[in-house]
Amino acid sequence: MDLLQMKNISKYYDENKVLNDVTLTIKEGEIHGLVGENGAGKSTLMNILFGMPVIQSTGGYEGEILINGEPFTPTDPKDAMDVGIGMVHQEFMLIPGFTITENIKINREITKPTVISKVFGKTLEKLDYEAMAKDAKIALKKLDMSIDEYLPVAGLPVGYMQFIEIAREIDKTHLKLLILDEPTAVLTDTEAAKFLEIINRLADSGISILFISHRLEEIKKLSDTITILRDGELVKTVSADEIDIPEIARLMVGRKIELTQMAEDNRIKKDEILLEIKNLRVNMPGEIVNGVDVTVKKGEILGIGGLAGQGKIGIANGIMGLYETSGTIIKDGKELPLNNPREALKSSIAFLSEDRRGVGLLLDHSIEFNIVFSSLEIQERFLKKVGPLKLIDNEEVRNHVLKMIEDLDIRCTGPRQHTRHLSGGNQQKVCIARALTLEPDLLLVSEPTRGIDIGAKKLVLDTLVRLNRELGVTIIITSSELGELRQISDRIAIIYGGKLAGILKPDASDETFGLLMAGESIEKVVD
Amino acid sequence: MKEFIKKVGFPRFIITVFLIALIILAVYLDIPLPGLLSDILVRFGMNAILVLAMIPGIQSGIGLNFNLPLGIIFGLIGALISIEFQLSGFLGLFVSILIAVPLAAIAGYFYGKMLNRIKGEEMTVGNYIGYSVVSVMCIFWLVAPFSSPELIWAYGGNGLRVTVSLESSMAHVLNDFLAFNIGNITIPTGLLLCFALFAFIVWIYGRSNKGLSMIVAGSNPNFAMSNGIDVDKQRIKGTVISTVLAAIGIIIYSQAFGFLQLYNAPLYSAMPAAAAILIGGATLKKANIVHVVVGTLLFQSLLVVALPVVNVIAEGSMSEVIRTIVSNGIILYALTRKEGETA
Repeated sequence: MDLLQMKNISKYYDENKVLNDVTLTIKEGEIHGLVGENGAGKSTLMNILFGMPVIQSTGGYEGEILINGEPFTPTDPKDAMDVGIGMVHQEFMLIPGFTITENIKINREITKPTVISKVFGKTLEKLDYEAMAKDAKIALKKLDMSIDEYLPVAGLPVGYMQFIEIAREIDKTHLKLLILDEPTAVLTDTEAAKFLEIINRLADSGISILFISHRLEEIKKLSDTITILRDGELVKTVSADEIDIPEIARLMVGRKIELTQMAEDNRIKKDEILLEIKNLRVNMPGEIVNGVDVTVKKGEILGIGGLAGQGKIGIANGIMGLYETSGTIIKDGKELPLNNPREALKSSIAFLSEDRRGVGLLLDHSIEFNIVFSSLEIQERFLKKVGPLKLIDNEEVRNHVLKMIEDLDIRCTGPRQHTRHLSGGNQQKVCIARALTLEPDLLLVSEPTRGIDIGAKKLVLDTLVRLNRELGVTIIITSSELGELRQISDRIAIIYGGKLAGILKPDASDETFGLLMAGESIEKVVD
Repeated sequence: MKEFIKKVGFPRFIITVFLIALIILAVYLDIPLPGLLSDILVRFGMNAILVLAMIPGIQSGIGLNFNLPLGIIFGLIGALISIEFQLSGFLGLFVSILIAVPLAAIAGYFYGKMLNRIKGEEMTVGNYIGYSVVSVMCIFWLVAPFSSPELIWAYGGNGLRVTVSLESSMAHVLNDFLAFNIGNITIPTGLLLCFALFAFIVWIYGRSNKGLSMIVAGSNPNFAMSNGIDVDKQRIKGTVISTVLAAIGIIIYSQAFGFLQLYNAPLYSAMPAAAAILIGGATLKKANIVHVVVGTLLFQSLLVVALPVVNVIAEGSMSEVIRTIVSNGIILYALTRKEGETA
């Protein structure tokens, strides 16, 4: 008997199709694993099922959802809860100051009437703490937790919080489907083992589980059925017995890579080292780097890949000194001062931020000002001396910018246009122009094609390759899209858990990339 | 027409239409127009530097500097000291400014340091700091050791007067400098030149590398940081310049007005200045000299023309009521705009 059927689900965000004709079926009492890279559409699919407001506000979805054969159109998370869907989110949704009991029973409190409530209605009834605690205890017991249910949540270990979230869901008497979004990401190994055991037990009691995880081993061990998504499309739904982990990894990562004709590679490969990074630690929220050692050769394109949140973004931000950093960075034999963007820029390093609109651009200033500012600030170019003052030299700026607009083919109404009104691809070109104006010998590029349409993506990548080939700029490119890394990089470093998992050649197999990104050790992967 | 309104900006359009209506009404009521125009020029000149003081604040990212009273206090102290030493004319004016500027710069520095600890709340906090400073200074005016009979109460004793006449010191020195008449309209050349000078300084600074760093720090702190700019330092710089301009602004204002206003008077200085620059088309993120000129001209014209017109057709101090409604209304309107949109 199918508990849940999602048929032909499609979803657009603006022009981007993030889900394309995805079908997902979950049987009663089964554990269904859902895997996919970041951006594969897992979260969007769950948001649709859970009726999250973001779906409605961006134009709804196409397709059909059936629960027990009945049509179901969720427009509010409450709709989903009413039909027995519970969700444990990746980020904890608990109120720290409340006790465990209060958190478990939130919005479903057991109350008893008082004199006031008899006059003014049910909302003024008194909480029945004893009954609530009793229920909470039962729910916790099902999870093998013997913790005082009157403790406040604040200060509990994260593992406990995860269990409390689940206790909250299973306390709902009519729970039929429990969605777990990366539940083991924050757990220690022993906690995770216990957790998986409990999930099994819940499934035996008749609750269906939809389990989303990056840890392929867990998925394989736990699930009855596995669904693999890639780029918003369903790749395969398969029984867990019929597929092995390398195959899952391959299906998850592999894509039709369009190897476009790149500029001719006539670089003379030298082994001269341009940048040496030792034990780099960067405290960037959500992208913590935890001791990375890597060397970059002069004239190469080094790709940095990995899943979101593993720390790949932190590396470039750390080198630029935008977040608190420790370790050693040696460029051209000289040690680079840390936590000092000005020194990094002066050492001929330029940076294209992953947060293009937030960090990379002055949205309410003209294209020309955006392009020349870094150079003006750091190298004091585009200035003319007037008495004691150095004033901006409009003529020189204009000449330079017109040349840049032509060279990079920036589509705009003119150099005075504000960058806010440009498309993503052209905004990125303005950022590239700004970096180029600095004439750097090392260019750090983070997520250069995020939020850019397909055509412009190619242009941006082509431009980067051209810079590398023609001007000899060494490039470190960080991207969530493995495809583009493999397309232009000479070597690809995969970051996992804030550390370097391994460096691969771009032509290494999909399987190797997938496993390395999922946290397998390089020794185990390569042979 | 729609295009035109969009280009000029809705509030500017409304206010201009209202202003034109008032002027037509004034002509109809036989109120002499040359007098009104002379008044507009004077009021423009005396207020414009205070409005100009809003620019560095907005550029450096602290928003509208509602703490103008801080700078004004030191402007007043400068003027009081120069009177105490019986300086008059241009000498009095220059000495006042010379004393006021360093004091205001020091105060602005510490105020800027404080603003760096309360990022995002600058305008609210600035408002209340302004109130507090004015109140503290009320005590100071009472106990300050001035002894010139011009300054203290006529019956002697301690404490300064509420309004100090500048008749015997520096009243109208700038207004009368090179002043000439066109028909019945008097042009206060010195006053306007003085504004032009400060506006030019602010403008040229905004084109220099130092000024550009400040503007970038204000318009996108993250961008500035990634370009190696010390954002906190730039914010302090903006605050200092704004405070210094406020100090100079009140001296220019007072010489045109003919009186120094002490005690609670500085409280009411920030709102009209903020309103004027917003009417001119500035946003909380962007402001330039054109916004100052257009805004001050519109705002002050409205007050000048409204006063006699309203006095003829209605009773009492309606013009003060209109001033309050317009200035607070436009600030409220501007604050409801999203960042980057003009009011």
